[in-house]
Amino acid sequence: MKLLTLNFVSCARKACKSSTSSFPLHPRDAELELVEMEFNPQFLQNMLPKLEWEALQIICNELALPTLPSSTPAASDLFESGGEGSSPAQPTQVARDLHKLLLETTIREGLLVCSNCGHEYAIKEGIANFLLPPHLV
Amino acid sequence: MSRPEDILPPDIYYSSTTARKYTTSSRIQHIQAQMAQRALSLLNLTTPSYILDVGCGSGLSGAILSSTPPEAGGPHVWVGMDISADMLSVALERGGEDPDTGNSDDGSEEGEGEEECQGDLFLADAGQGVPFRAGTFDAAISISAVQWLCNAESSIETAEGRLKRFFEGLYAALRRGGRAVCQFYPRDEGQKRMVAQAAIRAGFGAGLLEDGAGTKAVKVYLVCTVGGGDVAGGDITGVVEGMEGVEVDDTRRRVRRGGEKGMQKGSKQWILRKKDRMERKGMVVKATSKYTGRKRKIAF
Ligand SMILES: C[S@@+](CC[C@H](N)C(=O)[O-])C[C@H]1O[C@@H](n2cnc3c(N)ncnc32)[C@H](O)[C@@H]1O
Ligand SMILES: [Zn+2]
Repeated sequence: MKLLTLNFVSCARKACKSSTSSFPLHPRDAELELVEMEFNPQFLQNMLPKLEWEALQIICNELALPTLPSSTPAASDLFESGGEGSSPAQPTQVARDLHKLLLETTIREGLLVCSNCGHEYAIKEGIANFLLPPHLV
Repeated sequence: MSRPEDILPPDIYYSSTTARKYTTSSRIQHIQAQMAQRALSLLNLTTPSYILDVGCGSGLSGAILSSTPPEAGGPHVWVGMDISADMLSVALERGGEDPDTGNSDDGSEEGEGEEECQGDLFLADAGQGVPFRAGTFDAAISISAVQWLCNAESSIETAEGRLKRFFEGLYAALRRGGRAVCQFYPRDEGQKRMVAQAAIRAGFGAGLLEDGAGTKAVKVYLVCTVGGGDVAGGDITGVVEGMEGVEVDDTRRRVRRGGEKGMQKGSKQWILRKKDRMERKGMVVKATSKYTGRKRKIAF
């Protein structure tokens, strides 16, 4: 599972819907893998306003990844400013770093734990198991 | 012919052999790809988007989302959910030769030019809801899956209950102005209505679009929009503008649009639709070319 996705999943249990502590889910015993993906700065720019930066910081911290800047980059941080008029804006290192973090860093094996209800979702071969036993739906 | 969802629950029906057969059949690949393309065009995306694929199976539609070129608004990033672990395993296998050997392109046994699955996969039951925070996705697509929700898997569940949880979850997980297109195979008019109603009750503006209406190969698309944001026209009547054969079915009003009757007989559009229909009946039709539907010079 990409770290991007982890910034959007929440606990599936009905009882956790209204609780703020059901997001983000916390990785445990996570085995990370870098999976290359085509660089798509436009997609990143489109996603910026939707990111929960604080949750991303928490996750990076829990996964012992390098510390992130204190606030979400702005769209203007993703592309070099100015330049020769008509040529398309060149993506910045910030954009490349963000791409690597959100789209290429994946959890291959491990658990995701809800801190509201304690439910553990297993990730195997990158696939997260979100099937709930009927009594928890 | 009996419907698979009447025989077995989906996770059992799509066992590993069925999942593999399903995914390697070029006939199925072709039909699923066509429907995914159609659904994608109905989503009308103009910029790389974050898309949920419900009942993504082995990732046939996902591959289309990932490979949409920038000129067509892509490439998109998708997340798939499916209830069958075996279908998802096939998704991982597809085109996924060991990258170190570097021979993923040629010599792969399952069809040519296949790309590795790029979406994130969730083993999840859409009838239990959609486990993403509010406003996550720009759009959602679902090909040939929603009819499975109409069969309750146990006595404590009802089809209505499962549809309700799905559409309410989907509604919340889409951003304002977001759109979902679900192609599905309703058993009958009643089931078609039940699904559309469930979407409307969850808050969607919803319309049904049918390709090849009245034929055995009819394809039903439920087009759903979340109000607010930047939807053209602001509601469903804006969404279906320019579509043919769309039945706008929301709580406010119902309109039946012109459809085929309004189409000029002999026009390229008319020919394409007719060919499509014949093809689906299993007839052989000539490949479409730039000459299709053009007036020919008379020559002997
Ligand atoms: C006909 S296949 C279509 C797969 C894929 N969308 C395609 O076009 O190739 C139907 C899929 O829906 C999935 N499915 C059925 N019920 C489901 C449910 N309740 N939640 C999620 N997926 C489901 C099945 O496991 C199966 O993979
Ligand atoms: Zn929880």
